[in-house]
Amino acid sequence: MGLHKKNTNEQFKTDRYWTTNLSPYSVISVIQRKTDGKSWYLVFSATTNSADRAHSRRPRYLSFSVRFFFVMSMPSLLSFNGNSAISFSSAISTSTTRIQCRPILLSTKVRNFSVSAKIREIFMPALSSTMTEGKIVSWIKSEGDRLNKGESVVVVESDKADMDVETFYDGILAAIVVPEGDSAPVGAPIGLLAESEDEIAQAKSQANNNTQSQPRSDSDSDSSPSTPQPAVSAKNVVQQGPRKVVATPYAKKLAKQHKVDIASVTGTGDFGRITPADVEAAAGILPPKKKTIHSIPVVVAETAPLSSKPASLPQIPGSTVVPFTTMQTAVSKNMVASLSVPTFRVGYPMITDALDAFYGKVKPKGVTMTVLLAKAVAMALVQHPFVNASCKNGKSFTYNASVNIAVAVAMDGGLLTPVLQDTDKLDIYLLSQRWKELVGKARAKQLQPHEYNSGTFTLSNLGMFGVDRFDAILPPGQGAIMAVGASKPTVVADGDGFLGVKCKMLVNVTADHRIVYGAELAAFLQTFAKIIENPESLTL
Amino acid sequence: MQASISISSSSSFAPVAPRSVRPPALSYSTGQLRFCRLRREAFGFCSFNQSCSIPIHGYRMRNRLPGMKITASVSSNGSPSKGFDYDLVIIGAGVGGHGAALHAVEKGLKTAIIEGDVIGGTCVNRGCVPSKALLAVSGRMRELQDEKHLKALGLRVSESGYDRQAVADHANNLASKIRGNLTNSMKSLGVDILTGVGVFVGKQKVKYGKVGFMDTEITAKNIIIATGSVPFVPNGIEVDGRTVFTSDHALKLEWIPDWLAIVGSGYIGLEFSDVYTALGSEVTFVEALDQLMPGFDPEIGKLAQRILVNPRKIDHHVGVFAKKITPAKDGKPVIIELIDAKTKEPKDTLEVDAALIATGRAPYTKGLGLENVNVVTQRGFVPVSERMEVLDANGNVVPHVYCIGDANGKMMLAHAASAQGISVVEQVCGRDNVLNHLSVPAACFTHPEISFVGLTEPQAREKAEKEGFEISIAKTSFKANTKALAENEGDGLAKLIYKPDTGEILGVHILGLHAADLIHEASNAIAMGMKLQDIKFAVHAHPTLSEVLDELFKSAKVNDDTAVPLPEAVAI
Repeated sequence: MGLHKKNTNEQFKTDRYWTTNLSPYSVISVIQRKTDGKSWYLVFSATTNSADRAHSRRPRYLSFSVRFFFVMSMPSLLSFNGNSAISFSSAISTSTTRIQCRPILLSTKVRNFSVSAKIREIFMPALSSTMTEGKIVSWIKSEGDRLNKGESVVVVESDKADMDVETFYDGILAAIVVPEGDSAPVGAPIGLLAESEDEIAQAKSQANNNTQSQPRSDSDSDSSPSTPQPAVSAKNVVQQGPRKVVATPYAKKLAKQHKVDIASVTGTGDFGRITPADVEAAAGILPPKKKTIHSIPVVVAETAPLSSKPASLPQIPGSTVVPFTTMQTAVSKNMVASLSVPTFRVGYPMITDALDAFYGKVKPKGVTMTVLLAKAVAMALVQHPFVNASCKNGKSFTYNASVNIAVAVAMDGGLLTPVLQDTDKLDIYLLSQRWKELVGKARAKQLQPHEYNSGTFTLSNLGMFGVDRFDAILPPGQGAIMAVGASKPTVVADGDGFLGVKCKMLVNVTADHRIVYGAELAAFLQTFAKIIENPESLTL
Repeated sequence: MQASISISSSSSFAPVAPRSVRPPALSYSTGQLRFCRLRREAFGFCSFNQSCSIPIHGYRMRNRLPGMKITASVSSNGSPSKGFDYDLVIIGAGVGGHGAALHAVEKGLKTAIIEGDVIGGTCVNRGCVPSKALLAVSGRMRELQDEKHLKALGLRVSESGYDRQAVADHANNLASKIRGNLTNSMKSLGVDILTGVGVFVGKQKVKYGKVGFMDTEITAKNIIIATGSVPFVPNGIEVDGRTVFTSDHALKLEWIPDWLAIVGSGYIGLEFSDVYTALGSEVTFVEALDQLMPGFDPEIGKLAQRILVNPRKIDHHVGVFAKKITPAKDGKPVIIELIDAKTKEPKDTLEVDAALIATGRAPYTKGLGLENVNVVTQRGFVPVSERMEVLDANGNVVPHVYCIGDANGKMMLAHAASAQGISVVEQVCGRDNVLNHLSVPAACFTHPEISFVGLTEPQAREKAEKEGFEISIAKTSFKANTKALAENEGDGLAKLIYKPDTGEILGVHILGLHAADLIHEASNAIAMGMKLQDIKFAVHAHPTLSEVLDELFKSAKVNDDTAVPLPEAVAI
């Protein structure tokens, strides 16, 4: 007993409390608690349970016999007069005064203060400070029953416990507005109390108006989607016409919590179902830096966390939502992660006549332009190790021991970067062979992780489409990426002022400025241009 | 530690003991065994294998009689009675059969156990054991995800995640480890493990072997049926093992569906909801009765719903049957057609990613050849007397045949099966023994756990009315317990149902931190017939969770000390 009492007080951090007896078996108490300069009053009655009463025993478990009424934050609603009678606004108020009810004296003086109106609404009481809505567990009284002040009328389930709610008026329970099993928000009328039998009819009609004007939040049992479809036969709701609203359990909970009409939410989940994220978007709240539970991804390289996206854009009707494939998800993650790297770009034109001639010679031996470019890049990188470095943690250079050129390849609905390992060390014929294998594997989706994530420098070539220049995004974990445009015949003036038509190719490199500086990148490009212009060195 | 020492000494001692002085050696080892029977399961393996396997084998080779089956034995499996191959043959090596076998050897019976599948049965391989591994993971995941709780303790955890395969492996490894322990504990005692399916051929006669090759016949003085049960799948539900599955598959944790429907909200369903929601799934319960968790005391069930269901990503449909469940295929989700449990009207259709069927378990008694001993099963269950003696079609006891565990359906719990098995062995040895099922505790290992023993409040009230006695209820809250508050896990309730005139305990129900471990004080008290007025003087260490029960017992008012006058007002 002692423990419980102590604990109760501790929990409520009572600053003051008042208590008065209603009868030998029940007591009404008010606890005052001050927080943040505001006073909260917790008003509740304790009634000994019938078993104790029968044995005229001391009630043993206070915590189980306490019935909470409500918690009030406005001290104006609560006043204490001199002779220790407690007056307060009850959970029941008159229909005319609605919520702004006058303080009504509890105890025998109630009558003196009672208001003239005859029909009173019974409101959903706030049983705890966190309660926003309550569920009617059961009506102890039924319509037409005569109620005496202090009697339990209804059992309400809050987020914490089931509690009996008592009436402070004599009268007749004229109408039950919210039936058993349904929920109502705190403060909403759940029943009507008539003072005499004459008012019952009036109360009933009032109740009907209430239920009509105030559409109840549909409970699980009778949730019919409010799609304005003219003729959906009510008997067989088995998926004809528009699909029914399917929302996951947590989405439903959230919708209730945020008072979102679930039927108005567009589902983006699997099978068009409404996910918690959809409801959050509809409610206009950002998921609080979602700590999602996820299993550890196996393939995708480590990436920075996605920054929470701004409020989602409205869905255009008729659009279809296709979730990313694994590959697309990985691309998306890598692209977003690249935003955290400070990059800059340097472009360089180069003449490719010599390269084209050389390509013509080696092409019959199975060498592709991709391989030639990769080899040239690798040879330039050997001389400029800064550009082959990477910055893993923002604090240091990581010089890569080998030069591995990743080459971007478009695949059906995605992008892969097979890696030519040790490009600097192998000759172009071997490289061509390797490349052929890699592309084959990529098509068959059989690339091993080390075959697509070990690159130290990426090469992207859109020249075959006629693109003259473009800009590539630096993939995470690499120092630089080269974007190669098409080689096009251009009128070029040489140093002596002679005009001539030469094939010119524009190369654009994006680099991580934390580790690669402008001059270094320019020097690298210069070296690269020299190799391109003297391609014989590629065979060395 | 103590246990491991005593066992290794007994196992190294026995081989040295000469055959002729077996009785003292046996009594020595049985003394050890009786004392720490369960622990031996855990330690028997290592001490046996590492230190003694070779000498024992040598010993056995020289001393075993020709024609005898199987394995090394430390303490001896007794010699059979005249005219029989065995004193006791147990069909089914689950926890029930295992418990019976161990006790039988201890009592000097020559014992064999027939198992057609894996040793350990459902509990060890597809039930309690692997699910505890998953629940251990889910409990930790919950702690790591509960930011409020962590913050209150002053902890910061940046991110939590899990590797599904590693979690699944943990469960699987645990099952195989316990299976190994169980097997070794029987082998080390010399229980003959006969592989195959056992079938009754006639009175005291069983044949066994692989299906279709059951040609080995053995005779036994007594036979125990301990064949257990399998998941029950109602008609209309198509189980494909991937998107519509039973607990057998769910324990393998092959994938984590985003949205899982659990059909049935008993312990199995509740435990799996705990596992899957902790791992990120959302769950929908489908329950045929009008409330969730119908098996529990209503008050506990209600509180459990408040703690274990409402705050989690779980919703539920009650009072409905899953009439038809179609597995996901052709790009469609799993479709569950619900009908009203009473009116049978179509009610709703659920579209989910997966459905777990947890509608209970069906006895596994087909093909046992029970017709050869004139026994007719009832919905598959083998009818038994209160002494677990099998009853024939006319309700008469079939001599020397017993049935324990899920197969008799009296109480479908592993430890109940084991207790029934021990009770049967006692009877076989000539000591009458009736197991008091009301003293068998049950537990549901959610977070927090639920446990109970004896009657629920409605059951007790019904009984009280029928038999004309009075009952009283006492309750304590975990909120008042120091240790629970230290853990910041104050949610929970312990409830005692008792007779106020005699102080007899009728039932105890606990929902709260480590409830499954706390219940035994109450179940032991019931088993021993202890009265509240005595047990309340027992001392509990402070601060411990056990004080919840201490409080509970102390708060009970047995009639001789109820004369406390009612005070005028209740101070709050």
